[in-house]
Amino acid sequence: MFSRAYKAAVTLPPLVWVTVFLLMPYLLMFCYSFWSVSASQTIVHSWNLDNYGQLLRVDVYWQTLLRSMWIAARVTVFSLVLGYPLAYFLSFYAGKKKDLLYQLVIIPLWVSYLVRAYAWKTILGSDGVLNTLLQYVHLTKHPLEFLLYSPFAVVLTLTHIYTPFSFLPIYAALEHIPRHLVEASHDLGATPGQTFWKVILPLSIPGVVAGATFAFVLSLGDFLAPLLLGGPSGIMISNIVVSLFGAAYNWPLGAAISFCMLLLVVTLLVFSERLEKKWSFS
Amino acid sequence: MTTSEMAVITTSASDRAGRDSLLSIRKVAKHFGKNVVLRDISLDVAEGEFLTILGESGSGKTTLLRIIAGFETASAGEVWMGEERLDRQPPYRRRVNTVFQHYALFPHLTVEQNVAYGLRVAKRPEVEIASRVAEALEKVKMSVYAKSKPSKISGGQQQRIALARALVNRPRLLLLDEPLSALDANLRRQMQVELKSLQREVGISFIFVTHDQEEAMVMSDRIALLRSGELEQVATPREIYGRPATAYAAQFIGHTNLLKGEVRGGTVRCGLLTWAAALPDGPALFSLRPENVRLATGNSAAGIVRARGRVRHQAFHGATELIRVECADGSVLVVRTPGSGGALNDVELEFTATDAILVRESPERI
Repeated sequence: MFSRAYKAAVTLPPLVWVTVFLLMPYLLMFCYSFWSVSASQTIVHSWNLDNYGQLLRVDVYWQTLLRSMWIAARVTVFSLVLGYPLAYFLSFYAGKKKDLLYQLVIIPLWVSYLVRAYAWKTILGSDGVLNTLLQYVHLTKHPLEFLLYSPFAVVLTLTHIYTPFSFLPIYAALEHIPRHLVEASHDLGATPGQTFWKVILPLSIPGVVAGATFAFVLSLGDFLAPLLLGGPSGIMISNIVVSLFGAAYNWPLGAAISFCMLLLVVTLLVFSERLEKKWSFS
Repeated sequence: MTTSEMAVITTSASDRAGRDSLLSIRKVAKHFGKNVVLRDISLDVAEGEFLTILGESGSGKTTLLRIIAGFETASAGEVWMGEERLDRQPPYRRRVNTVFQHYALFPHLTVEQNVAYGLRVAKRPEVEIASRVAEALEKVKMSVYAKSKPSKISGGQQQRIALARALVNRPRLLLLDEPLSALDANLRRQMQVELKSLQREVGISFIFVTHDQEEAMVMSDRIALLRSGELEQVATPREIYGRPATAYAAQFIGHTNLLKGEVRGGTVRCGLLTWAAALPDGPALFSLRPENVRLATGNSAAGIVRARGRVRHQAFHGATELIRVECADGSVLVVRTPGSGGALNDVELEFTATDAILVRESPERI
């Protein structure tokens, strides 16, 4: 139907783009992860697995990786706990206000990430809105210190930022559930509660999986929230990568960590795609 | 009172007397904003009856069904099932089940799980569920597909599963929303027969919604003809065909010739046609079925009306032939005859005066 030249003309640019800006950097990063840095701060192209060994040997690396996964896991759970009921309400009960409420969920996404992270700083700080209020109503005598510069602050902020990302696929999945299936369930004697557990939830699983994947992957790789609000105890793996590529000048080790994360994320994506396929029926 | 009116009233009264009323729809109305969908609908469904709600799209038939099922609330009126006020109950408390137009099978459940759904939510013992599901699948000849997902079986098979899923709950009333409309013509005819015999077998009242008058005629004990949200006529298929109450009913169910005329002094005059009838003076409208008009035999008897005309169109249908005849006054009569044996030109037609049924322009309101 289309000429060969035409096909080549449309395929080539994206192909070149992906190769130059994605595949080659990844390949380069992969190579770097086997190299090392000499005492005189030059990259030595000697091929060995030392960097990967260091990742397992040095506590701070694998501990930070585990902590990042733990933070990401909590963010995932919280964003699902917040996002699912919201999506469910919007899709099934919001009626005419649906579009308006949907926009209200989306609007924060147009606000800069930095602004939203800083906002939490002013809320959670020792002179912040929350502490001032708590002391004003005499619930506390001194500012609560754990609110800011802690894993708590990171989880809270990331949950705030990434909940819309888990909300969206869940909402889309719920919107795709044919309403006559819900009617059929009621018709067969199922209460609204039974209908939710037996029909609506199972049919929205693909959306939940996609939403969970978004929340987990995005928060796992996040470095701004821990940088601004995490403090020493809230450091995440990306902060280490940033410093290894920056001040610490150890690109090979940074590349090794990055590659491990990439592997982790790709595995997760493959897994979640399989799960979504298994649960989709259209 | 005219003869046709008398017939409607007597038969519907005897109809009701014979059987107990299961469902009673009383003065139900429905409007969406300013849009009036149903107006003052009163209708009784007897125990074990196969009632068809027949109407064109937009006549409100599906809305009426949804009000009975509980998916819509009536703007006015009441729905009763025996001594129980049905329209105040949520759909999951009504002993009514629905077969949906597009079957609405749960895609994540197997055929078997779909059929078991109603019994599971009612928390019946698993042993009972297993045997009742097996029995229901047996009844619709779908046992082999028990473990299949709905997406793996054909439309006709999904139809049977939807039926089994509803009937397994032993509802007092089954609602069917154009369940056959998605099937091809052959399968459809086959399902009509199966559905009707299944209904006789289980003895549950069916309310069947369709826009297909032929389907309604084949299957129903009674037909409720709905037109723009109002009941036009409720009667048995034979009665509604033989004694249509209104011009719309006559035209919607089967073919008919509508003759517009005038009664004066006991004589009806429609164009060049005249016959004697004991009717009050004034304008009148008659329905004359094509099969009640014959090519004239030459025998003259009392009560036979004759007309001459020219054949304009002749369509061969196999067993019968439809002939359009233009009479001398320009009016057209459609005639259905057994095969006439060849092309016709000038013909003489005749019909029995009592076959011309007086119909009203619109239904009479009480």
